[in-house]
Amino acid sequence: MNANDNLIRLSNGQVLSKETIDGDIATINFGPTHPATHGIFQNILTVDGEKILNSVQTVGYIHRAFEKLAERRPYNQITPITDRLNYCSSPINNLGWHMTVEKLLQVKVPKRVDYMRVIIMELARIADHLICDSIIGVDTGALTSFFYPFSEREKIYELYEEMCGARLTTNMGRIGGFDKDFNPVFHAKLKEFIRTFPAAFEEWNGMLERNRIFMDRTKGAGPISAERALAYGFTGPNLRAAGVDYDVRVMHPYSSYEDFDFIIPVGVNGDTYDRFMVRQEEIRQSLRIIEQAYNNLPEGPFHAEVPEFFLPDKKDVYNNMEALIYHFKIIMGESEVPVGEVYHSVEGGNGELGYYLISDGGRSPYRLQFRRPCFIYYQAYPEMITGSNISDAVITLSSINVIAGELDA
Amino acid sequence: MQKMTNSALAEALNSLLGERIVTSEELYDTLVVEVSSADAFSVIETLKLDPKLSFNFLTLIGGVHYPENPGRELCVVYHLHSWKNAIRLRIKAYLPAENPSIQSLTSLYETANWMERETFDFFGIKFENHPNLTRILNMDDMDYHPMLKEHPLEDGTREDKDDRFFGR
Repeated sequence: MNANDNLIRLSNGQVLSKETIDGDIATINFGPTHPATHGIFQNILTVDGEKILNSVQTVGYIHRAFEKLAERRPYNQITPITDRLNYCSSPINNLGWHMTVEKLLQVKVPKRVDYMRVIIMELARIADHLICDSIIGVDTGALTSFFYPFSEREKIYELYEEMCGARLTTNMGRIGGFDKDFNPVFHAKLKEFIRTFPAAFEEWNGMLERNRIFMDRTKGAGPISAERALAYGFTGPNLRAAGVDYDVRVMHPYSSYEDFDFIIPVGVNGDTYDRFMVRQEEIRQSLRIIEQAYNNLPEGPFHAEVPEFFLPDKKDVYNNMEALIYHFKIIMGESEVPVGEVYHSVEGGNGELGYYLISDGGRSPYRLQFRRPCFIYYQAYPEMITGSNISDAVITLSSINVIAGELDA
Repeated sequence: MQKMTNSALAEALNSLLGERIVTSEELYDTLVVEVSSADAFSVIETLKLDPKLSFNFLTLIGGVHYPENPGRELCVVYHLHSWKNAIRLRIKAYLPAENPSIQSLTSLYETANWMERETFDFFGIKFENHPNLTRILNMDDMDYHPMLKEHPLEDGTREDKDDRFFGR
């Protein structure tokens, strides 16, 4: 008998002895259009019965060449591109981009803008985490827990609508601040949200947090150690679930985050349950930040004086020469931009969302690179699911919150 | 966590790397250091292992194309982050357009794997000793590297859109 008869060679080159195999080896496609992938990406799983032996990933199904597109657009027209990265929390992407450009232009924005941005970004973080955590519920078979938070998310989307008219791809704010101040409806809805959200959140949280079935399904599913998570470049809630308290808001505070009192929740095991718990606590902390920012909202202008980038009022465009000139310069993309390069990052829904911008003084960036946290940590996925069941792979995927738009740019 | 200043970092780098630094400047809030492409790996390894600096986290790898720079057409940009000192550092290595190749960082930081694949995919920069240097976001049978400046974003033969009117 040939010694090789006892060996099985897998598609990734890995060789296993037949004695280690329980059943039959099969190859299945998890994705690209599988209802449990919540986005378009493929994993070719080699399974032994129900046990995953290895996984080969294919990404890029919805690659839209954002970095190339950005090299041809004026700075203000790049904001809608950033919407489509992590579309579960697009305001964070928008405002992060505006802050990057302000850093390049060395514009100091008024304190009120900082606080308004913090309120919007934390609302976006809540919306992002609500989706992620409720989807873990769906994938463990709890559909009700998916529908509950949607009424709360709807309230956040209504707040977006008051600010920019859009809900999902928001294109919110301007370079230098916001296009308008919080309006009375926004104030009323935000106050109502701050008042009613905690009870609604805890009601929903009660369905999952100590639910025996949910805990049994999620504890120990898709774990990753702190060392491995760091090696793989994890950031955000997934890293914190593994026990590392890195948060851009604390290490490199932007937009006056240093003014607010909040804690960074960390997990221990880095498994699906810890990721869920970290996100849930972050939602509570985000609401705390919103309360603090809203209660201490400074008076003052809602945008910086950057006429080269901030569109003037329409009535001024008709009656005022400077306003007309700036209007045309902005619309035609003729604003002067200094030569330079900056890296700015914000704490996005999934981790450190960075913008590396090189300007050669032209109308559009010479090079713009996005640090997309999803793209960077998704490469750890095969390691996280090898040896587990297919059903665990599904909840691991939803709990690391891979957003196809951010993954594929 | 004590924040380090850029000048303190520049001093530490000077004593640690010495001759291996080609140029060093502070751009906005970050120190940018250029090293030769042959030194890039060893420099980053030194920075990672140095107990005082400990650049433990690789934030980003990316490429830039400067077609007007003969002999230095391509640039690989590494963003490193030291969490101990809460400071970022940008390292640049320039490569010629002909057969650009640089040592892969995958043995230092596993996260470099996909970042380098992406840079290869879009700029054609080859990373030596990379375990699986294939295209990642574009399709496998694509025969060019789309982020190079010679590939225009839009079809140049279009007549319905006159770019002169848009300041391009």
